[in-house]
Amino acid sequence: MKTAYDEMYAADGSVRESYKSYANWFQSIPDEVITRKREAADIAFHRAGITFAVYGEASSQERLIPFDIIPRIIPSQEWQRMTDGLRQRVKALNAFLHDIYHKQEILKAGVIPAEQILGNNQFRREMVGVDVPENIYAHIAGVDLVRADTGNNCGEYYVLEDNLRTPSGVSYMLENRKMMMRLFPELFSRQKIAPVEHYPDLLLNNLRSVAPYGVTDPNVVILTPGQYNSAYFEHAFLAQQMGVELVDGNDLFVQNENVFMRTTEGPRRVDVIYRRIDDDYLDPQVFRSDSMLGVPGLFSAYRAGTVTLTNAVGTGIADDKAIYVHVPEMIRFYCGEEPILSNVPTWELSKPEDLKYTLAHLPELVVKEVHGSGGYGMLVGPTASTDEIRLFREKIIANPNGYIAQPTLALSTCPTYVESGVAPRHIDLRPYVLSGREITMVPGGLTRVALKEGSLVVNSSQGGGTKDTWVLEGEN
Amino acid sequence: MLSSTADHLYWMARSMERAENTARMLDVTYRMSLFKQVLIEPHHEWRAMLSISGLHEGFEERYDTLNAENVLHFMALDKENPGSIYNSIFIARENARAVRGSITSEMWEILNSTWLEMRRIHDEGIPIDGVSRFFEWVKERSHLSRGIAHGTMLRDNTFRFIRLGSFLERADNTARILDVKYHILLPSLRDVGGAADYYQWSAVLRSVSAFESYRKVYRDQITPKRVGELLILRPDMARSLITCVNEVHRLLLEINGPHSTELIDRCSQFHARLHTETIDGIFEYGLHEYLSEFLEQIYDLGNLINTTYFWSTDE
Repeated sequence: MKTAYDEMYAADGSVRESYKSYANWFQSIPDEVITRKREAADIAFHRAGITFAVYGEASSQERLIPFDIIPRIIPSQEWQRMTDGLRQRVKALNAFLHDIYHKQEILKAGVIPAEQILGNNQFRREMVGVDVPENIYAHIAGVDLVRADTGNNCGEYYVLEDNLRTPSGVSYMLENRKMMMRLFPELFSRQKIAPVEHYPDLLLNNLRSVAPYGVTDPNVVILTPGQYNSAYFEHAFLAQQMGVELVDGNDLFVQNENVFMRTTEGPRRVDVIYRRIDDDYLDPQVFRSDSMLGVPGLFSAYRAGTVTLTNAVGTGIADDKAIYVHVPEMIRFYCGEEPILSNVPTWELSKPEDLKYTLAHLPELVVKEVHGSGGYGMLVGPTASTDEIRLFREKIIANPNGYIAQPTLALSTCPTYVESGVAPRHIDLRPYVLSGREITMVPGGLTRVALKEGSLVVNSSQGGGTKDTWVLEGEN
Repeated sequence: MLSSTADHLYWMARSMERAENTARMLDVTYRMSLFKQVLIEPHHEWRAMLSISGLHEGFEERYDTLNAENVLHFMALDKENPGSIYNSIFIARENARAVRGSITSEMWEILNSTWLEMRRIHDEGIPIDGVSRFFEWVKERSHLSRGIAHGTMLRDNTFRFIRLGSFLERADNTARILDVKYHILLPSLRDVGGAADYYQWSAVLRSVSAFESYRKVYRDQITPKRVGELLILRPDMARSLITCVNEVHRLLLEINGPHSTELIDRCSQFHARLHTETIDGIFEYGLHEYLSEFLEQIYDLGNLINTTYFWSTDE
């Protein structure tokens, strides 16, 4: 593995332009002040109950996501390019979703093999021919970007995953900023750091803009699986920030293909549902019949166009890892443009030659389940034991279609507090792209950091932490 | 407002109020237990406390001996006792968590930090000389959460459902605390009017923070009738039954809603009846009998609130 690109230090050890102001300040602050501030942050997060649940962990049901006080800083021109790339990409993905659930022109043109779509269990047959407002499917996308050194010390950004189902983490982006401003107000007067606090306003505008046709003052709600879901804090947080109701399946019911919520004043109509539960659990009459989380009849109301679901049903087909390899072609096909952001080179193990190569190079590669997410069910070759590799090889051979492989990228690093002091740790970035009548985003996103030395897995469920993300404004 | 939200707010407030009142009830029992000479059997007052809380059976299933230490543990810290202070605080916090989007962040934080502290206390245990301090702590946290609700929340139905839960629970608890005396006094009628009687009634007053008020209002010695009058019929007493019912009645009129006719009618009748009572009438009828009926009315009202606002079909 090559040496990673460091966000703060250039290869010669000098501080990069974007970090100069911060580094000067950091050097002037005594260690004990930093220690005190870190403790204060911990207490504040605990007290506010900004926690997440880890599945399969019996001991404590709520945990804090470790917050690191050293920010990740992005220069403005880098952000500009990233924004252009993200807009282009999400636009193409929405066009793709509309296409495959209607005319399927991209399949007819032979750009993507039809069986890869139609035979994929993420393809929702129920959605074929269903029209959605503004033809938007992925209203909220959380695109995972990583930066890897490609040899010329400029660290190119790559798209690792397009999360188009129910991407989470935006509450941490907002809480991290709040915490930084509270701990280090002086930093925000030293430099022009682009604000992110208006995200809930943008989100609400976005949700309102895709209300069913003719609804002028839409009633927007957030649908949560309930308070034991790992992201419940975020659901509640967003509802509060937007001033909308947080509902679970029991709060809603469908009558004559209209959705209502039970209120103390009787039933009230619901127009837009920002749902944070998977397609499978939305409506026991159509999807999984054992679902206790959903609302019977919801899909019929959706098909009838009386309610908008965000994200739409069936977006999973576009962020499936087997489909991921085709996104650059989608951009060319729907936008007639060259992709601004690159994909990570990917081997599709459904192809015999790719499978052969992968099996021969497992210790160097990252292998992922096609339908997996959250860092579960993946193999990181360079850090895996021989036993783990042997077991994974068996799994791949048993079901090659279920996996893709990618080179182990030397993800960029950022100085981070660890037990032994400050050390470089690998990071990624998840900006949030909102699509409705127009595409909007706040400058920044959630930076996740792998706290274990050498680890490339940043997921909070795997012991990752987070950082505040600064996009600098103006010239620097 | 969402029915489920109203439900959570109401139970959040009720549970916190219950934690406070359980502490108050334990406190009065603890104080009374210091006058052992008037009691026929040892630990009689602890038995009385269990029976008026309806937790006698639950206790016997879990403990071999009835003594102060066991009852205190059962009522304060026992995870298996749904009515323990530990569980009341847990339930308050879980309900707050379910609606943290509807309450102010201060409101959520006070209940969350109370729960975190409760968990620590549970793990460390309460030394017998720390019992009173623990009760003080519970009361303080309850005062804080109420104060924060008052000081930070919008005066809308969110606030009203919280208040509704508090006052309904308080009515229930004041009635029960007043009844403690009945249960404890029964075997020692000969002592009526004696020194122990005085201390017991003053313990009742203190447990509902009414001792000073009693002095102020009556400027005279403590008599059962006056204690009864103060805690049942004085509308200027913060924890009296009539104050609680006045508040419940006012809140229900404010919340109103298209399906609340039956509930409001029932509450209005209850409210009107209470306003025609006299303390002589109540004592003639029998204080214990009166309080038992009062508790039933509160229970019915609670059920009617469930079906009217929370779409709850059970009970």
